[in-house]
Amino acid sequence: MKELIMIIVSMALINNVVLSQFLGICSFLGVSKQLKASASLGGAVIFVITIASAVANLLYTFVMVPLHLEYLKTIVFILVIAALVQMVEMFLKKTSPAIYQALGIFLPLITTNCAVLGVALTNVQDEYNFIQSVFAGFGTAVGYTLAICLLAGVRSRIDEEAIPAPFRGAPIVMLSAALMSIAFMGFSGLAL
Amino acid sequence: MNKYMERIYNGVIKENPVLVLMLGMCPTLAVTTSATNGFGMGVSTMVVLIVSNMIISALRKLIPGEVRLPAYIVIVASLVTIVELVTQAYIPALYSALGIYIPLIVVNCIILGRAEAYASKSTPILSAFDGIGMGLGFTIALTIAGLIREFLGAGTAFGAQIIPKSIDPIGIFIKAPGAFMVLAFIVAVMNALSIKTRANDMVEGCDGCCATCNKACHEEGKEENK
Repeated sequence: MKELIMIIVSMALINNVVLSQFLGICSFLGVSKQLKASASLGGAVIFVITIASAVANLLYTFVMVPLHLEYLKTIVFILVIAALVQMVEMFLKKTSPAIYQALGIFLPLITTNCAVLGVALTNVQDEYNFIQSVFAGFGTAVGYTLAICLLAGVRSRIDEEAIPAPFRGAPIVMLSAALMSIAFMGFSGLAL
Repeated sequence: MNKYMERIYNGVIKENPVLVLMLGMCPTLAVTTSATNGFGMGVSTMVVLIVSNMIISALRKLIPGEVRLPAYIVIVASLVTIVELVTQAYIPALYSALGIYIPLIVVNCIILGRAEAYASKSTPILSAFDGIGMGLGFTIALTIAGLIREFLGAGTAFGAQIIPKSIDPIGIFIKAPGAFMVLAFIVAVMNALSIKTRANDMVEGCDGCCATCNKACHEEGKEENK
């Protein structure tokens, strides 16, 4: 149990997926304009990454390893993720329209989010078992949600400040991300 | 300037994928800890881009429109796997330095973007030149960013000591925050010189970085209108 909590903390804070591994930068910069959209995207990412880690792990352990097809993992994972997102979308549409309303439009965005493929591949690299993969995926997604919501909060303040003209827009957002990244580096001091 | 040279000029200067179009940000930020790593990543991506552009262009009349994206992804993923295995076998130092970012070339927006925007509409030779241009533009941008970060953060350039060892380098530039800082300053300089980049559209939300983002933003807009 202690080990699983350690995986979550390390994935969410110490090796934050956006601020120290640079995965999912595209949506991190693009969607963080509004807090509400950021939180919804975060919810969708938690949902998809957790399921994708589980499915990727099962597929890798029970299909690809016995058949000695480990070298095909990139191709298999990207296709599985794309299909999975489609299925999750259809499933939610049928069974729980409320969640679909909240997360729906963000689901297709996630297929091309490199964080999902990144987590599936790192889980294999770190030789995590099924439970560990699920927790690592969940932790990573929580870290993503945390980072994007924090940035959205910072950006709502930035809009009201007088910023030198060349730094308006993208540069100041990236500088905010840099400062957040420095703050997150402090977590590497956590003794695990 | 003939049309082949025009493709290369377009990729390197006019529509530089990183500096102007702001595509492929993940590898740009992640692997530019040194000029060598940036260069290695740039060349790996360029190889995938040239070959995928040629294959997709050659197959453009055979792939039905509805399934083109999955088909492109399979082609790109196969090429990335080949590049990954080749680097692992022949350049192990680069393979361990780039790590997970080699397989992640699959989800690099530049490759699918060029397939969709150019290769699916042009002849294989022109598409190959487009790949060379875009790949060169990507490699140059990554090498420059890597050079800046390596120089400030470690006092070296391509591994050679430039700043004397007695002066401490600013270590943070080769750590994660340095990546965001260097890129922020590069974009700020482009803004100051009023070179139009897509960076500012990108942080406004509907950046169209990937085919699906556009759809999401479009639907969100419709909901707000209700």
